[in-house]
Formats: sequence, C-alpha cells, structure tokens
Amino acid sequence: MERYYQPEIECASREQIHQWQSERLVKQVQNVWDNVPYYRKRMEEAGLEPGDIKSVDDLHKLPFITKDDLRDAYPYGLVARPLDECVRIQSTSGTTGRRVVAFYTQHDIDLWEDCCARAIVAAGGTNKDVCHVSYGYGLFTGGPGLNGGSHKVGCLTLPMSSGNTERQIQFMTDLGSTILCCTPSYAAYLAESIEERGVRDQIKLKAGIFGAEAWTEEMRHDIEEKLGIKAYDIYGLTEISGPGVSFECSAQSGMHVNEDHFIAEVINPKTGEVLPDGEKGELVFTSITKEAFPLIRYRTRDICILSREKCPCGRTHVKMTKPLGRSDDMLIVKGVNVFPSQIETVLMNKGYPANYQIIVDRVNNSDTIEVQVEMTQEMFSDSLKVVAAKEKELVDALKAMLGIYAKVKLVNPKAITRSEGKAVRVIDKRNLYQQK
Amino acid sequence: MTVKQISIFLENKPGKLAEVTDVLAENRINLRALSLAEASDFGIVRIIVDDVYNASTVLKDADYVISINKVLAVTVPDSPGGLAKVIHVLGSNGVNVEYMYGFTAQKKGMANMIFRVEDNQKAIDALMKEGIRPVCQEELENL
Repeated sequence: MERYYQPEIECASREQIHQWQSERLVKQVQNVWDNVPYYRKRMEEAGLEPGDIKSVDDLHKLPFITKDDLRDAYPYGLVARPLDECVRIQSTSGTTGRRVVAFYTQHDIDLWEDCCARAIVAAGGTNKDVCHVSYGYGLFTGGPGLNGGSHKVGCLTLPMSSGNTERQIQFMTDLGSTILCCTPSYAAYLAESIEERGVRDQIKLKAGIFGAEAWTEEMRHDIEEKLGIKAYDIYGLTEISGPGVSFECSAQSGMHVNEDHFIAEVINPKTGEVLPDGEKGELVFTSITKEAFPLIRYRTRDICILSREKCPCGRTHVKMTKPLGRSDDMLIVKGVNVFPSQIETVLMNKGYPANYQIIVDRVNNSDTIEVQVEMTQEMFSDSLKVVAAKEKELVDALKAMLGIYAKVKLVNPKAITRSEGKAVRVIDKRNLYQQK
Repeated sequence: MTVKQISIFLENKPGKLAEVTDVLAENRINLRALSLAEASDFGIVRIIVDDVYNASTVLKDADYVISINKVLAVTVPDSPGGLAKVIHVLGSNGVNVEYMYGFTAQKKGMANMIFRVEDNQKAIDALMKEGIRPVCQEELENL
C-alpha cells in the first residue's frame, strides 16, 4: 500500500493545489517587491506591480530570472530576509564565476526537509529504516537535504558522506542499512564493489534514492538487479532548495514536483512562451514558500516534459520526466556543474589557443573529463620536463576552476577538427539523456 | 661550435612518428641522428639533419610544432671509455647534461654524441681545455 509523509498535501485535489499556489504566489510577489530591490526593478521594467498578479494564472506575466541574475546579485542581492533571520548557506558545486549561494531561514530548512521526507516515504521509508546517506555533506545540498528528511521520517540516519567505499560497505553490513541515498553512479560503483567482495547476502538494502546527475533506465535496472532494491530518482537544485524539489513514487514513471512549494512551468527556451503539459521544453520554477531566497520564474536550463495525468500512487502533484537534456552547455561531471566557458577561460589565461575539445565519458561508473588542447610554438620546448610542467600547471589551474580533476591531453596543431559553423567543443560519450 | 637540433612535438599515437619521417624523406632531408623522449600522452622527437633550414620549413608547413636549439656534438673514439672521458670533463666542470644521445660517425672507429646542456659556452670551454673540440654546424652538414 502506498504511504505518504503528508497525505493531505501530497494527495490534495487539483483545485486545492491551485488555490495554495495562487495564495502563496500573490504573497511571494508582494514579498519580493517589498524586500528585494532587484526584483522590484525587474518588475518595474516589465511594467508590473504586485497587484497585477492575482493568481497562479498570472504567473506567465512575470519576468524570468536566470543564473546570470544570480551571479549579478551575488552574494546578497536576492536575499529577502535580514541576515539575522538566515541560518544556513548552501552552494552549488565549486564553479568559480558561476557560483550560486543560497540562503535559508530555519523555516526554509524545515520545508526543504519535509520535501526530502516525502521522497524517503515514497521510497518506502519508515522509522524502522536505517537510512545510509552517501551524498556529500557540506556546501553541497545532497547530504544535508536527505539527512534532514531522514530525521523527519524517523529513520536511523547514517551520515556517511561520499567516498571511502570500504567503510561504506562495512557500515552497510554491520548496521543493516536499508535505504541508500547517493548519486546513481556511486550506487552503481557500490553495487560492483559489493559484488566483488561477495557480501551481497549481508546487505539489507531495499531501496535507493539517487539523484544529482542524469542516469538512464538501463542504469536503473542494473543497480536494482545488482543491489536487489528499488531505485528511485530524485531531482532538485540548490537555487530552489536542493534535492526534493521533485521525487519518484512507486510508479517510477516521472517525479512529482512538490507543488505546494514550487510552481513548475515548461517554456520554449527560445521564445519564453509557456508550453502545455506533454510538450518538451525548459523547466522553470517559482519557489512560493521560500523566505530567505525566493526565486520567481527561475530558468533551470533542464529540458523536460510535465504531465498531470492521474498517477497510480495517488499523489496529485504534477510529474516531470527526468531531464532530457540542457538548454545551455552545462555539463554535470561527477555531480559537479561544468561550463565549457570555464575551461576556455583557463586555457586563455594560460596562453593556449581557443581551439579545444572536452571529452566526457563514464568509465567503470565514474565520470571522466579530458580536455584536449593543441600544442603551440610558444608552449613547446625540447625539454620533456618543461612541457610536462606546463601540462601539470594547466591541470592544476583547471582543478582550481572546476573543483574536479580534468585530464589534459596535448595534441598536435590542427588535430582538433575545425567545424564549419558552430564548433564542437564537447563530446559527451555517456549518452545519459534518453530521447523522447 | 654548436650544432642545431630540431625538436618536434608528437602525440603518443601509432603512426605519428612515421608521418614525421615521411615528411623528411619526401623532402630529401637526411637524418644524421634521431632520439625520442616520451611522456604518457606525448613525445618529443629530436633530430639532427643535414639541412636545418629546409627541414624546419617543411615541418612547419606540415603543421608541426617545433623548437630549434643549439646542442653540442662531440666525436669520441668508438672504444671502451671513449664516452666516459667526455662525461667526466663535463661533470667535473659543473656542466649539467639534460639529455644526450649518440650516432655513429662515418669516420671508422669514431662515434658522435649529442649533448644538451644548460650552458653551452661553459661546456665548450671545459672540453677545449682538455683538447676535445666539439663539431660545428658546417662540419656536421658535410659529414
């Protein structure tokens, strides 16, 4: 039988949800108008005032906000509460120049953890479970979000954080973990490690909640089979709160958006026009209950499809597909956001030519990133030591910029294919996005 | 009293070295010596040729990244201890050898060594003091 964390909300009528969204949106618009000059200016430019937004049906009138706005307003420009009321900061994965810093009041954290609790209960979690959280803890929202949700459900929570696979498996067997929360690639890696050690029969896992990166149905089946669990997808982004913006139910056919907190729209990324349910476009969120860091019509750049068809699980909230791609060129490598422009900046700063190629792959369930750079007359030397030192310098600079290791491969001049028109900067061999 | 060496950047891929030797052969450039240094993903080919100007031009035209450096060429007796003497002279005079490689001389009973050192003049002075005269570019071209 399907269980819910907050049944009266998760299974509310569509009319009820519409009403909550309208009330909360009107309040939120007034709030940002009063407290965030950045928003007021944007609304004024669009010829709007709070009175123009009478219900969720008026949402489309409001201007979008993008990652560029977040960068412009960094760090405090979009904060709607005095800092003495804020209790937490989380941030997106280490991307200099593109860093997003989100603020939370205690109330915000509470609601965020509720969302994660809904996801855990939807995956079958109860206070009898041992919830093994192997998402990273710290600025990354994965660990803190699921940790808080697990507490709310009353699970015995294991704040493992990522890495140290030996210890992960030891705790899993010794303490009888039943729910695993981590990235899908780490889950696949753990599954293999468990198999190698021949300890599968000592593992009590029954479910996994996997998110923060794209994964395919094939990968889901593989993990489910190897670990003997049901694997559930979870979606979220730091800008909006963190994991739990949407989550999968027992139907495993899309993720329910927590619509009492977040209004989801799908737009045509080129025109900004709102698309009807069932059409593929860019996902846009409005956080209507956020106090410290409310975002109105935030463009996620994730491409997906919304569906309001009745779900067999009984939840009434809109479902979104897994992201089917991006409307920008952002890559997610090892859970870290990587923009080709960041790599380009490093190359330029170090005096390399703008002709480069980024090759992303997944080897043994772990993402790899290689940057191919053409050797130049200026960089070259007859000394192996000198060339190797320059290569190392570039690796270090990329690590500082991206926060992850990227292999550098120096290639012959003109070895990288010149394309006519748009350059092919990125080759992603992972094929993570399913075609719909 | 130095000779010019051409270094060529190469990706570590099968067939890449053959491409370089093909370019040289097609342009009738004769190799006096060749050495290959390799890192994990790339290598550096160092060559001594009879016609540096011609070789560097055709290599650049073929889109190779090259570097030209002055190195020392020393003719040593092709017998046990022949090389040791030169190395001792350089070592005892504080000349650091970054790399070296050899090739046979056309003169019977002799061998040629290429030395890449930090300070060419210091090395030349040390060798000359011991009566060892490095080969100059012109001599090399006429070998």
